[in-house]
Amino acid sequence: MPQLQESLAALGRVAIGAAESARSSVDLAKEIFYWMFVAPWRRIRSNIRWESVVEQGVRVGWDAIVIVFVINLFVGMISALQSASLLRQFGQLLLVANAVALSMTRELGPLLTAIIVSGRSGSAFTAEIGSMKMAEEVDALTTMGLNPVRFLMVPRVLSMMIAVPVLTLIADFTGIFGGWLVAVTIVDLGSWQYIRHTMDAIDMGDVMRGLTKSVVFAFLIAMTGCYLGIKVEGGAEGVGRSTTNSVVVSIFLIIFANLIFTAFFYAIE
Amino acid sequence: MEQEQKSSASAPQDEPIIQVRNLETYYGTRKILHDVNFNVAKGEIFVILGGSGSGKSTLLRHIIGLLNPSKGSICLFGQETTELGEEEWDALRRRMGVLYQGGALFNSMTVGDNVALPLREFTDLPEATIGIQVRMKLGQVDLAGFEDLKPDQLSGGMKKRAGLARAMAMDPEVLFFDEPSAGLDPIAGAGLDDLILKLRETFGMTIVVVTHEMESVKKIADRVIMLFKGHVAAVGPLDEVMQNQDPMVQQFFERRPDEEKLDPKEYLEYLTAGGNREL
Repeated sequence: MPQLQESLAALGRVAIGAAESARSSVDLAKEIFYWMFVAPWRRIRSNIRWESVVEQGVRVGWDAIVIVFVINLFVGMISALQSASLLRQFGQLLLVANAVALSMTRELGPLLTAIIVSGRSGSAFTAEIGSMKMAEEVDALTTMGLNPVRFLMVPRVLSMMIAVPVLTLIADFTGIFGGWLVAVTIVDLGSWQYIRHTMDAIDMGDVMRGLTKSVVFAFLIAMTGCYLGIKVEGGAEGVGRSTTNSVVVSIFLIIFANLIFTAFFYAIE
Repeated sequence: MEQEQKSSASAPQDEPIIQVRNLETYYGTRKILHDVNFNVAKGEIFVILGGSGSGKSTLLRHIIGLLNPSKGSICLFGQETTELGEEEWDALRRRMGVLYQGGALFNSMTVGDNVALPLREFTDLPEATIGIQVRMKLGQVDLAGFEDLKPDQLSGGMKKRAGLARAMAMDPEVLFFDEPSAGLDPIAGAGLDDLILKLRETFGMTIVVVTHEMESVKKIADRVIMLFKGHVAAVGPLDEVMQNQDPMVQQFFERRPDEEKLDPKEYLEYLTAGGNREL
């Protein structure tokens, strides 16, 4: 009986901790939106630091192009091989193009890009902001009258929300390109046939669906990175722990958000 | 000579820049500060003194607005800060500068950009003028010519001086120093003390220093507040506080360790009993 009580108490503590984290992350999200959309028009000297957005955008977007290209090329190739082995049995080999195009634009492109970016940049956000907090740099910003949310987080969130959709577009095209490469070299499909089937299979709606997801994923990654960074405690070990948590939490949130999106699009179809 | 320098400094005036009244604060259920009261007059060097865990850094964080007290009042430049909104706080913060323990320079920026940051954010000065200001501020802390270096290329003492140049960028009326001598060799620490005296002498700044370095306190302080486990043990002019007969104050100034209150034999029995019996 005491064991049951202890377990219930532990469960309660976890639930309270989770509720507390959810509440404070919603507060942080509200503050980020305020500094992004309200403060620049209402408060003097509260403009968005665009040079910092560009600087972060280069790190989040430009520096990730090669890895996004390579990973999605391979995934496109894998998708083509997998679907070819299945569709060959039904004599529908040309549908390989449809399968690759739809899976890349609707699901794999946005999802894989988000996972890559969360590992590369979301974790970097946590480590940077966490280290700055430990070195009292965040306090220094505050006592200089510079709001840390405006100064550190808004450029990171904005750069992420711009860079991830662009990377997702690149992912979509490279995935489809990977599929085409396999189709024309290994599966022996005609190049133009493949391209025509790809064009028939997807429309702007599919691409936009993927891009909408990517914007939400970007926001979740940036928010998680910034939130866990600013909440860092416990020195270098704490920074390491939060950086790991940043990747785990953002991947969980990405997958969960993807489930909600997929269910929503399924329902409206 | 030091005393001469201290006494020749612009004499503190009566108007208090900082007023702290009945300040109390808790971390959870633990009381950290108990009924703290003091004033800091314009132009004086005021030292917040105390051992580790005495609450002196917490007190500083309350004054500079990084923490809200549980109870009590803090007036800065005549404004009650515990009731200030964010924008009013930001305006107030431009009248003060803070030097943190490690300098808190932004590692992604050069030393010059660190010093220029408040000028770029809060003024419309052209870049050429900002460049001149940066060189002047760095010159004041003996770091002229270091503006293009990154913080990780500087020594500990230089980082602190660069942090001080940044804290002074907006010509603040009051400067706060958190443990300025911590982690510095005695020469660099003494150099920073001289710089503090020079700043007060030259610009008439009000300076608040948190420290436990007795040599530094004796050299720079006009008045001190001494904290012991969150309580005010003594407050007043340095000479008076040094004469205070409170055993805790005397122990601190004489750098005596805690007296052994236990009989070693009894203590051993206590340990072997696994802490099951009272001492």
